[in-house]
Amino acid sequence: MSTLFAADEAKRLLDAAIKGDMPDERGRFGPFGGRYVPETLVPAFDRLEAGVKEHLHSPVFQAEFQKELREWVGRPTALSFAPRLSEAWGAEVWIKREDLAHTGAHKINNAIGQALLAKRLGAKRVIAETGAGQHGVASAAACARVGLSCSVFMGAVDMERQAPNVDRIRRLGAEVIAVETGDKTLRAAIDEALREWVTDPDGIYYLLGSAVGAHPYPYLVRELQSVIGTEARQQMLDQAGGLPDVAFACVGGGSNAIGLFYPLLGDDIELIGVEAGGIGDGLGENAATLATGTPGVLQGSYTIILQNDDGQVQETQSISAGLDYSGVGPEHALLQATGRVKYISARDDEALEALGELCTTEGILTALETSHAFAAARKYAKQNPGKRILIGNSGRGDKDIPTLTKYPAGI
Amino acid sequence: MSAYEKIHAAISTANDSGRTALVPFITAGYPEPKDFIATLKNVASAGDVVELGIPFSDPMADGMTIQRSSFVALQKGVSLKWIFDELDSAQGEIDAPLVMMSYLNPLLAFGFEDLADRALAAGVYGFIVPDLPYEESTELRAVLEAKGLGLIQLVTPATPEDRLKTLCDASRGFVYAVTITGITGGAGLPVDLADYLTKVVSHSTIPVCAGFGIREAKDVAAVGQYVAGAIVGSALVEVLERGEDPKPFLEALIE
Repeated sequence: MSTLFAADEAKRLLDAAIKGDMPDERGRFGPFGGRYVPETLVPAFDRLEAGVKEHLHSPVFQAEFQKELREWVGRPTALSFAPRLSEAWGAEVWIKREDLAHTGAHKINNAIGQALLAKRLGAKRVIAETGAGQHGVASAAACARVGLSCSVFMGAVDMERQAPNVDRIRRLGAEVIAVETGDKTLRAAIDEALREWVTDPDGIYYLLGSAVGAHPYPYLVRELQSVIGTEARQQMLDQAGGLPDVAFACVGGGSNAIGLFYPLLGDDIELIGVEAGGIGDGLGENAATLATGTPGVLQGSYTIILQNDDGQVQETQSISAGLDYSGVGPEHALLQATGRVKYISARDDEALEALGELCTTEGILTALETSHAFAAARKYAKQNPGKRILIGNSGRGDKDIPTLTKYPAGI
Repeated sequence: MSAYEKIHAAISTANDSGRTALVPFITAGYPEPKDFIATLKNVASAGDVVELGIPFSDPMADGMTIQRSSFVALQKGVSLKWIFDELDSAQGEIDAPLVMMSYLNPLLAFGFEDLADRALAAGVYGFIVPDLPYEESTELRAVLEAKGLGLIQLVTPATPEDRLKTLCDASRGFVYAVTITGITGGAGLPVDLADYLTKVVSHSTIPVCAGFGIREAKDVAAVGQYVAGAIVGSALVEVLERGEDPKPFLEALIE
């Protein structure tokens, strides 16, 4: 995709992205993004966009949001130096600990921000989708916190492989709606949430969990998640005495990656997004959207998607439910096309191996999603000795125990 | 007469004969690809305009019935290219103008220019694209209009009045008035349609057809008081799903 633009056009678009001029007023990140939604939802998107404009950067909303991040989410999250991993890899490894945020992943930053927004916009009810269940848990917790009812759509396949999170969502007072349609994973859950929203566009607030979908979601989620990169940048300066040479984050829809990368776009830091390589390179064997996909429209946005020649969206495969998605946020599509961020993939077995290594060297059980970032960073460190590496540890792995029990510890 | 004006004409002819125009919807190639043209001919003999659904992997505005038919058709290899090939082979045998209902991505993958050429050749005079709102439609609209093909706009009970006017002005072929705030395949019509449908008609200079939740003759009669045509989708797909002849079902709708 890096050949999509001429060099000067790529530079112009990237400069605009770094300056904060993306998305434009039509919700475009260069050619990507936009708003491809059913007519019934157009007025709801108009209201949401107006609400985001009015509140998101207002001092009153920001004060409330920052207070919740500090006192309820537990921010700032730590930046941990990883001495034993550094030694094993021949690198200087720093880990941004989103696993320490309330509910155990970065998802809570977005969920509490949007729940506060939903309350201000007078929503009667919140709906959300979830893949790995982390966004479902975060939405349930955030809605309980602000006093809104919440229904979470979750694919039947994901309910099985992320069973602990299903129970957590219910205990936090939200309803879990099993999605038996489509591929029964994240993509089907988003389709089903959109269908539900269409039934009551005035009363429902759709709390979308990733930087995907129609405008203004990719923008809104990025703004709420940018706290990750803003904190990590300052912490690197304070604790490591300088910025990293390279930063890694896993990419499904891409919310934790855009949250980490966005505040670092203007720095001289190599940025690498890691998608799910699944079990192989063939169509349907992975969820490496940016690595192997083509431009198209999925779930409200013109972006890079996994599709066949007829424009039918393809099913994906990954050991991690949170990366198991056929699309990706439109801003990532732009960052790839401009060459600013490199997107690669790690396979299931590499992710599992990295997960085991992080457990035994640093005492951190990371999520299967995040393990992909560690797997790629590990490979990079071996090829580029002595680098200072920052890894976004997007979430903790307790939810993955049902999957991990199939693989013996210590592999 | 441009291609999309043939859609107006077909609807007007029905109205002139004293009845509501009937716009049946079928998912192309469902339930069996080999029966596609026979099913289409049969349905077209009872309908005034036929809406042909292009199967898509992510039909986010559709309920269970059309999701299911779409999935089955894809499983059996139905694609837009195959549909055009089949339509070409049935030139002159289909007794109604066709409109295609497709989500945007299969059309993007096909290419807009090729789409317009093949549509015109195949007797497809209009397009309904449920995930393409007016603001994103400039490019497709221009390509279609250059060939005299119509981009049919949907309007809904949630559409504000100023937007309603914009959408009615932009629509070509007919205006698709969605009767409910919801997805296709609903249980039935809402009770208070009069104000909404009257308002849509007042803004439109072309025929208005109502769709979503139309299942029986009384539903067709209910919308027929206000608008030129009635679109019947999920209820017809269910008839096909049960393996029944769609013609008596459609004829009973306008009795």
